[in-house]
Amino acid sequence: MRSTTQTQAPDARGVAWYLDKAMAYLVFGAGVSAILLIVGIFVFITKEGVGFVWDTVDLGQFFGSPAWRPTSDTPQYGALALIAGTASVTGLAMLIAVPFSLGAAIYIAEFAGGTQREALKILIELLAAIPSVVWGFIGLSVLNPLIIEWFDVPVGLGILNAGVILGLMAAPIMTTIAEDALRAVPDGYREAAEAMGATRWQVTWRVVLPGAKNGLTAAILLGVGRGFGETMAVLMASGHAVQLPDGVFDSVRALTATIAAELGETAVGSDHYQALFTLGILLFVVTFAINLTADLVVRGISNKD
Amino acid sequence: MVAAVLAESVAGDAKIVVKKFSVHYGAYTALSGVNLAVARNEIFSIVGPANAGKTSFLRVLNRMDALTSGMRYEGTVRFDGHDIRKWRNLYALRRRIGVVFPLPVGLPLSVFDNVAMAPRLRGVRHRDELEEIVERCLRRAALWGEVKDRLTALGSLLSGGQQQRLTIARALSQDPELLLLDEFSIAIDPVTTMKIEDVLLELKKEMTIIMVTNLVQQARRISDRMAFFHKGRCVEVGETAAMFDGDVRDEQTLDYLRGRFG
Ligand SMILES: Nc1ncnc2c1ncn2[C@@H]1O[C@H](COP(=O)(O)OP(=O)(O)OP(=O)(O)O)[C@@H](O)[C@H]1O
Ligand SMILES: [Mg+2]
Repeated sequence: MRSTTQTQAPDARGVAWYLDKAMAYLVFGAGVSAILLIVGIFVFITKEGVGFVWDTVDLGQFFGSPAWRPTSDTPQYGALALIAGTASVTGLAMLIAVPFSLGAAIYIAEFAGGTQREALKILIELLAAIPSVVWGFIGLSVLNPLIIEWFDVPVGLGILNAGVILGLMAAPIMTTIAEDALRAVPDGYREAAEAMGATRWQVTWRVVLPGAKNGLTAAILLGVGRGFGETMAVLMASGHAVQLPDGVFDSVRALTATIAAELGETAVGSDHYQALFTLGILLFVVTFAINLTADLVVRGISNKD
Repeated sequence: MVAAVLAESVAGDAKIVVKKFSVHYGAYTALSGVNLAVARNEIFSIVGPANAGKTSFLRVLNRMDALTSGMRYEGTVRFDGHDIRKWRNLYALRRRIGVVFPLPVGLPLSVFDNVAMAPRLRGVRHRDELEEIVERCLRRAALWGEVKDRLTALGSLLSGGQQQRLTIARALSQDPELLLLDEFSIAIDPVTTMKIEDVLLELKKEMTIIMVTNLVQQARRISDRMAFFHKGRCVEVGETAAMFDGDVRDEQTLDYLRGRFG
């Protein structure tokens, strides 16, 4: 008996075929527009800032001078202090966040059992959802007096405060990503090592961590990127003073915070306005480089021998 | 009853004695009615169709049941006369038992580190000594020729058959007293399989070997005694040669051995 679906000619097109094509174009369009948007943002930032880079400022001064005085009679646009501010705060944040988040991820992925693991994961995700302005508020009103009291310094807003806050902020996301990386190591690896008589810790140290090293590196890099780009919490906790820092109690100012604080008060197209966009290009390039590296690491470029 | 009697007959010099043994996953019984003994320095093979409980049996021998939630066994297993249920340091027990899994697992480490892992776990630190162990074990697993120039490559990137031989080398690097092989040759070509079989015949001078195999001819070629598992029961245990000659208690066993199963 012949079935009701007629035998189709090789080039016959059914509803499913058209649907499939339509979906393909739709998804392609969505992807392309996302990319176009990012390229558009980059073009916009560059257009606003690049004329300034070519014509007005000299790059030696921009990268070499710590004097950021855009509103003085003889404006100076040295970004060194801002770069130092961002770098020192992010660096301290990573010193705090990396051990904490890797430790937490290892505990959750390798040692915690069923319900405890689920509870911890939910807790970590809750922490990751705290808005950055709340972290900034904690920096201002909790950490600031504590630092003044414990270390007997006049001001508690500075690298230490912002670094701790930023570290706490970045740790939950890094923990989540690192934990995913550890869970992605096949159980067969653990089992094979355990069958050899390796203890839980030896399995983690000798098999799971090497197996997850790409994902863990990516987690750290994304944390660094997060720290670089964070604005509000750093603005509130860092003291926002333009200077090359001498120690962890010094106030600093971050690139991001500078843009956020000053852009509203500049005339569109002015030198100051363009200088801020130049800072934006710098941030964009650095975070882009960090994310790209993270991405390449995840794809295991480092593994090819 | 015959199995029990047999168990008694080798119990004098037995490496492993299993009595009234069964394996359960939660409420499900995967294997029951096992009474057998494995003599020191023999190759003991376990054959039987899929789902017979062969892998479950091997997993209990090095106490992997303790790592699998829901898995437990009943009855007693004695290793050198000691009840493994009462063995407190399971790590120490497992270090004396080498295991080769049916799905080869090359750890995400270099080929060298894969084989050097067990020696390192037991405290070998000197590079020379490690190199000597790695080379010896890779040679025995018939893999040395293929990997000697790429010892730093990732073990998990070797071909399936190479990974399987890598796991054999890794098991040997433990210097085990007991070697458990679970379908060790499913991913290995016949010529290499023969080479490894020869190595096993050499190795039994130093250790006891229990192997699960789907190839009855492999069991016939190298094992001294064998057991037939079927549908979660140990149907019978006997001398390999005699069983292939037709000296069986249960017709099913002979049907399986002669390939007339169905
Ligand atoms: N971790 C587990 N959880 C639950 N059930 C399991 C588990 N491992 C095995 N089983 C069950 O135990 C039974 C026996 O499995 P086992 O792997 O021991 O069989 P086998 O004889 O090795 O089969 P094969 O020849 O296919 O490898 C199967 O029904 C299987 O579903
Ligand atoms: Mg099996």
